[in-house]
Amino acid sequence: MASYSTSEFRGGLKIMLDNDPYVIVENDIVKPGKGQAFNRIKVRNLKTGRTIDRTFKSGESVEAADVMDTGMEYLYNDGEFWHFMDPDTFEQIAASKDAVGETYKWLKEQDKCEVTLWNGVPLTVTPPNFVELKVVDTDPGLKGDTSGGGGKPATLETGAVVRVPLFIQIDEMIKVDTRSAEYVSRVKDA
Amino acid sequence: MPDGHKNWRAVAGQDILQQRAAMFAAIRYFFSGRGVMEVETPVLSHSGNPDTSIESLTSHCSVQGQVQQLYLQTSPEFAMKRLLASGSGPIYQICKAFREDPCTDLHNPEFTMLEWYRPGFDHFQLMDEITSLLRHLELLEENETVKSLSYQQLFEHYAGINPFQASVDDLFSLVSAKGIHVHIASENRHKPDKGFSLDELLDLILTHIIEPHLANEGFVFVHSYPASQASLARINDQNPQIAERFELFAKGVELANGFNELTDNTEQARRFQADSHFREQKKLMEIKHDQHLIDALAFGLEPCAGVALGLDRLLMLITGSRSIREVLAFPFERA
Repeated sequence: MASYSTSEFRGGLKIMLDNDPYVIVENDIVKPGKGQAFNRIKVRNLKTGRTIDRTFKSGESVEAADVMDTGMEYLYNDGEFWHFMDPDTFEQIAASKDAVGETYKWLKEQDKCEVTLWNGVPLTVTPPNFVELKVVDTDPGLKGDTSGGGGKPATLETGAVVRVPLFIQIDEMIKVDTRSAEYVSRVKDA
Repeated sequence: MPDGHKNWRAVAGQDILQQRAAMFAAIRYFFSGRGVMEVETPVLSHSGNPDTSIESLTSHCSVQGQVQQLYLQTSPEFAMKRLLASGSGPIYQICKAFREDPCTDLHNPEFTMLEWYRPGFDHFQLMDEITSLLRHLELLEENETVKSLSYQQLFEHYAGINPFQASVDDLFSLVSAKGIHVHIASENRHKPDKGFSLDELLDLILTHIIEPHLANEGFVFVHSYPASQASLARINDQNPQIAERFELFAKGVELANGFNELTDNTEQARRFQADSHFREQKKLMEIKHDQHLIDALAFGLEPCAGVALGLDRLLMLITGSRSIREVLAFPFERA
């Protein structure tokens, strides 16, 4: 089984702790001049997203987590699972509600997502940073008011709700930043 | 221009380089006024430092026809003691030292050390001289003194535990009560000590619980370490549990480490052997120890105290820098 020594610790390294996969967020080394050194790490649980601190005696090893980020195309949702395909191998996998979480709001068929696999099973799904989605519902607003000052909520085809400028109408395509859930721009000639 | 093309530049600014030069000048002025002689000893040596918490950097050369392994000094301690035994009188040195340390805000594999020895001084007298140096460098007011605690007082005050009486269990309870989650290797889960020695747990408490408190203090001397952490210090005649070793902390950062020096050649040889044995067990690099030092001590070294002080860390204090990387012209990444 692959393992990492504390001297290999760095942000982004994926390790196993208490049978769960974690990613190292921060690695801090404390080293007395004449004594035992320690690696103090902040790690995020890749299943729950929870962050914890751990202290390792420097020189110890920890099991590597078989975690891989793979670019995959979103195919469809069958009511229970979200299906993705590896564009190179055409291999398909199904991600559960636990893995997809809130990301479902941004999943549009044929978009490229990043699927994190742990021992070959989807752990998390990260949508593209920007997605283009159709507005399916929003208050028509006052005609001629294009100031865009306050904005209004709009429901998108995937079910996501974002604030959009007042001039955005039903059936328009808009571009959204999925990291902040914010409107970016209109999409011309959709 | 990509960042890669800018890496030839010095990291430390001109003002910091000037402050480094002024610091060196002030230190040399301080010692010349006190009759302490500046010396130089080899950076590259045929033998190394077997200290189990320090890893040496090595080099190779074939000057005398055959390839030999050489060690870059981890401190000039052994050579300076050989000078003392040769009759040098009080001496100091400003030199580079090398250790296989990770690059952090406090560590660089190559760093600058000030080391000095005072024949006839004990470690408390040497601590007083360090205080005078700090005043001379204007890091202390003229009449300001430095807080001084024994290792026991330090642990009692900041961690509420007596380090000379606590058991492994007591120390583990304290660590978990303070919310520190220590990783226990799976092969050690069922051992009573979880694979930790008393000294390792004391180091854990020092670095995780006590040093954050010391970060709010200025200079603090800690003296009278457990005999198990003696390094090259004498063991106290009255109390065999105590080593006559001290450290100086500045804002929670270790700045200096000093000893009432071990001058007994038999005991020195025994400690080298214990270190080598530990290295073998832990599969650390084998280090050829310095027989010249043993021979010098056998010839005779008068009682003396010595200290090593990290000058890059001192410059961090002088300049108010957060990282050692800011005060080096070319830190390791750019060396």
